[in-house]
Amino acid sequence: MNKGMMNKKLLGSLLLAVMLTACKSTPMVDKPAGVEDKSPSAAATKPADAAGAPVADTSGVKEVVIDSNANAGANPLKDPNNILSKRNIYFDFDSDAVKAEFRPLIEAHAKYLLANSNAKLILQGNTDERGTREYNLSLGQRRSVSVKKSFNLLGVQDKQIETVSFGEEKASPNCADENCHQANRRVDVAYENE
Amino acid sequence: MNIFRHAVAFTAFLITSFVTTASNAALEIEISGGSAQQIPIAIVPFGQAGNLAKVSDIVGADLRRSGLFRVLETGGVASRPTDLAQVKYGEWAALQAQALVVGSVETLPGNRLRVNFKLADVLKQTQLAGLEYNIAPNQLRMTAHKIADVIYQKLTGEAGIFASRIAYINKSKGRYALQVADADGENPQTVVSSNEPIISPAWSPDGSKIAYVSFEKKKPIIFVQSLMTGQRLTLASFKGNNSAPAWSPDGSKLAIVLTHAANSQLYTINADGTGLKQLTKSSAIDTEPAWSPDAKWVYFSSDRGGRPQIYKVSSIGGEAQRVTFEGTYNLSPRFSPDGKSLAMIRNDGGKFRVALQDLTSGQVQILSEGAQDESPSFAPNGRVLLYATRIGGRGALAAVSSDGRVKQRLSESGGDIREPAWGPLLN
Repeated sequence: MNKGMMNKKLLGSLLLAVMLTACKSTPMVDKPAGVEDKSPSAAATKPADAAGAPVADTSGVKEVVIDSNANAGANPLKDPNNILSKRNIYFDFDSDAVKAEFRPLIEAHAKYLLANSNAKLILQGNTDERGTREYNLSLGQRRSVSVKKSFNLLGVQDKQIETVSFGEEKASPNCADENCHQANRRVDVAYENE
Repeated sequence: MNIFRHAVAFTAFLITSFVTTASNAALEIEISGGSAQQIPIAIVPFGQAGNLAKVSDIVGADLRRSGLFRVLETGGVASRPTDLAQVKYGEWAALQAQALVVGSVETLPGNRLRVNFKLADVLKQTQLAGLEYNIAPNQLRMTAHKIADVIYQKLTGEAGIFASRIAYINKSKGRYALQVADADGENPQTVVSSNEPIISPAWSPDGSKIAYVSFEKKKPIIFVQSLMTGQRLTLASFKGNNSAPAWSPDGSKLAIVLTHAANSQLYTINADGTGLKQLTKSSAIDTEPAWSPDAKWVYFSSDRGGRPQIYKVSSIGGEAQRVTFEGTYNLSPRFSPDGKSLAMIRNDGGKFRVALQDLTSGQVQILSEGAQDESPSFAPNGRVLLYATRIGGRGALAAVSSDGRVKQRLSESGGDIREPAWGPLLN
């Protein structure tokens, strides 16, 4: 490879970069690439690449309508067939460890956040009703922070995530069995202005 | 992000339910137990118009509820004195009464009432107390409570608490209401209501404001609200959770719990929302702050040692010291007004109960009997603890004397009551 060819290639890359930057200024949600990708490893292994993903990303720009929620089916976050509509992460008793079965859900939302830098996630921790309200508020927070750390590992920055807790306030009252308590021990994934 | 950046927002907040009290059902009180030595007292029905609340009934109910008095049946006595000059002491001595109360309510021009009462020692045939009140008709119940306080103070030597108020959260039909009521559960008024949870009400030491945590913006935010005007201050609305407000004894600042992007930690903040300072720095949960009455310490719950226990830190910051060692789970520290004992919630064999620790001897007494008791709150004279319990699957309030002898339940049919806080004594 001679020097001239190399320069040509560099120039080409630069041009592409400029074009991509120009496109970025248009408000957009890319054709939910992260959404349709069923393979969790894509986001998990190379999170940083998502922002710089080439050409394919630009094709979807025009389809995104900023203020229109008229067609709920067009919103991947609301599409019941899309993993992004799955919002509950459940925990074991007295634990804040994120279980492996919830990796795909977290990876899908991480990919969405990386592709949509304006999107803001709110992680809402919940506990069962055993114990005092304020302490449970703190326990729920520990769970939402635990989920946030999973997002951080996938490259999502803190500025896109707020961790809060409802403690036991959203728990179904008078749980008689462990299944009921289990349903209360969870983090709900919500988007700001949703 | 600068955590000190948040502006404090004053909002003139008009609460529609603030003035509508008629629809609120009063709490019903059920008493059990009693002090071994009760003072026998006769309260003669006051001379008063029949359409007014019966002052003697309210006074009698207050004294009976304390567990320290035996309120005698007066129906068998022929005379109905309304002043001490009319009293035939022999009649009351025959009833075994040690103390006698007489009084009257007169209607004055301009829609005012004049309330008179006298307290007498039956054996010595002397007056122990006598007061006159000139009031508006809507102050009659509270005046009766004040009379009960005077009688209680004269005969026990301790401050009465009947004229104080309590706050609690009432969940009904999917709505949450922060309410205040007289200490006997009557006259409930809604301070603020919301379709999202409200928790952790805390009275300012002067009784004029209540701090509380509201989830109305989908996350816990601390507000301070004036009871008289309804004006609302957003005290803390930082990123993450804002919760567990606790007033300093002089009312100048509050200890609060913030998370920002991590675990719960203690902070202090001025009552106007300025001057945020971090009080604890740990990688554990630190929450439920409570000031010692001398303002030197902030006690709190923490799981820094693995299991939740109570710790204390100087109110100006420093190293935390562990306070509770007995049991695997101690939460919600609350000081007695004299600073000598600490109430808490203890896991007692799988049941969460109110416990009282003597801070000098370290001895602990379990005071409550429920399975999910929470939120202990001392009466201003330290004699009684109010707490949240569950009866028939619903939240209710209960009270227990600090010696464990007298127990009361306060419930409202249909309501789910929790998070009680006993207000200060007011003059």
